[in-house]
Amino acid sequence: MTDTVTAPPETRRTEIAEARVRLSDREGFLAWVFLVPTVVYIVALVGVPFFLAIAFAFSDVTTGDPSFDWAGLTNFERVFDDDVFWQSLQNTFVFTVVSMIFIVILGKVLANILIADFRGKWVVRFLVLLPWTTPVALSSLSWKWLLHSIYSPIDWTLHTTGLIGSDHIYWLGREPHALIAVIGVHVWRLVPLAAVIMMVGLLSIPNDMDEAARIDGAGYWRRMFEITIPLTFPLIAVAALFGAIFTFTDAAVVSVLTEGKPTNSTHVLASWSFQRGIDGGDVGQGAVIALFLFPMLLAAAVLILRAVRRMETL
Amino acid sequence: MSVAVEVKNLKKMYDGGSVYAVDGVDLATEEGEYLVLLGPSGCGKTTLLRTIAGLEQPTEGEVLIDGSVVNGLPPRVRKIAMVFQSYALYPHKTVLANIVFPLKAENIDRAEREEKARWAADLLGIGHLTDRKPRQLSGGERQRVALARAIVREPHVFLLDEPLSNLDAKLRASARDELKRFQQRVGTTTVYVTHDQAEAMGLGDRIAVMDQGRVRQVGHPVEVYDHPADTFVATFIGSPPMNLVKHNGTLVGFRPEHLLPDETVSGERVAMPLHIERIEYLSGDRHVYGTVSGLGEETRVIARLPATVTAPLRADETHEFSCGVDQIRFFDSDSGERSAPIRLGAARD
Repeated sequence: MTDTVTAPPETRRTEIAEARVRLSDREGFLAWVFLVPTVVYIVALVGVPFFLAIAFAFSDVTTGDPSFDWAGLTNFERVFDDDVFWQSLQNTFVFTVVSMIFIVILGKVLANILIADFRGKWVVRFLVLLPWTTPVALSSLSWKWLLHSIYSPIDWTLHTTGLIGSDHIYWLGREPHALIAVIGVHVWRLVPLAAVIMMVGLLSIPNDMDEAARIDGAGYWRRMFEITIPLTFPLIAVAALFGAIFTFTDAAVVSVLTEGKPTNSTHVLASWSFQRGIDGGDVGQGAVIALFLFPMLLAAAVLILRAVRRMETL
Repeated sequence: MSVAVEVKNLKKMYDGGSVYAVDGVDLATEEGEYLVLLGPSGCGKTTLLRTIAGLEQPTEGEVLIDGSVVNGLPPRVRKIAMVFQSYALYPHKTVLANIVFPLKAENIDRAEREEKARWAADLLGIGHLTDRKPRQLSGGERQRVALARAIVREPHVFLLDEPLSNLDAKLRASARDELKRFQQRVGTTTVYVTHDQAEAMGLGDRIAVMDQGRVRQVGHPVEVYDHPADTFVATFIGSPPMNLVKHNGTLVGFRPEHLLPDETVSGERVAMPLHIERIEYLSGDRHVYGTVSGLGEETRVIARLPATVTAPLRADETHEFSCGVDQIRFFDSDSGERSAPIRLGAARD
């Protein structure tokens, strides 16, 4: 070491003696600074509306008369008396469960395509992710046209090629078709997300693992069911639960695509809550319907956290 | 003895690559032999092993197992077992389930495969760990599970890819010893990849030294050490490596342990004054760093003096050293290959 590199000892000593702890060195203070925006955000956009919804559920607030009066269980009784509510509740679960199954299966297939190495994989990856990046309202509008009862190009293609005989399919006008259409759009828009989540899972498996299984004589399906799926299970669960949450809480697809038609048979809790509470003006009833989303979401959140924990211990 | 694994003019270039990872290798193992592929990282030894396993397909050449060409065949039909550097144990399966896995793929019935798995586990001394998960095991135990999983199918060939490199230095020595005894007991042909010369020297019946995709020398450890085929082998094997001194168009090579103070060497020898720069004491030995002159060009060399040599030496002094003529090797300075002995001026009796 030479003098030109290090300062003389006296200078160093005074430097150390004069050093002070800065605000940015205090971790306790920093923790607060970084946490506050999130806390404010969650309280303002999640906490307040949630408690407001509970309050509204027991009130007679309408869009015409926003003054708060205690109404007891009246709103609950009126909601429960309405068949559309029960239909919406059932639809919500049916849409969620059926979509989730397809989202997981197709997501897994797509994840395999995403990690595959082939010519033009970037184009395929881009196309695969497109549905997820498109705003729901926009893509629902496109689907509304694709499935339109008169102008549907899908129906026209099927009809012209003779695949559906001389009949037409009124995708959004008839009950089973409308349900299938809603599920189809949900699956279409959520599969990319699930695929990306599962792709991360697949990429996190060391190559050795698959090679060891090949050396051990396992074929494709055995490797998939005994090695790949168990190892990526936590992420598959996360993908499934995300799919479930996004389907469960979505109002846009139904609102734009079918508007609950035919005869309120395709409504889900979210769209029915909106129709009742905002369009219909009965905020109290709308709040009651929306509250039914809560237990399911709570359960999903718990399951996601558990899956993440399992992932850490694997 | 019959040939268990053979590769003929094997070449492998990875997709998008421009150099051969394995560049024309001919190699054959005898039945029951322990063949070690030794070389620095990137020399193609692991690629060669993976090609034998069937995890990579050769660009050119043939892989033969038990006399039949297996090019294009998947790993599962090749009757091989492989132990990976990471061991690649299935983390979600218990030790027993890990060992049973290869048998499941062979559709052996439950009772039989359980019995075989327990036999393998007991053979490796991990019978009491069968209910544990891999993450609950130590490095040495994991290695044994990987070995048990490899042996349970009774393969014709073991392929081991640096199986000791994940163990700490102390465990490595005992695991090496265990590995050798294990192989002697089961008698299965083994191809073992390592970059560690101590492992290679200790384990191998024969060593194949590789560099840049080619085999530089194949032979018994003693032969490879004492009669290196070229300067690469000479300097790669041995610690410290062989000293090479340029003398006209020839490189004169001698191992550090053969360069000793002149008064301790008897018989016909080549003397050279060594200007000592530094002395290290390493577990009883003295490593003497210095510059020799008088033999050829002035060159930095290392002498390794065993504890039995007690000649007083000090840094910054010049001392007469010499090396027995039998211990001197000659290499062509252009190609690096072994060449005919030449007469050195300073030889004395």
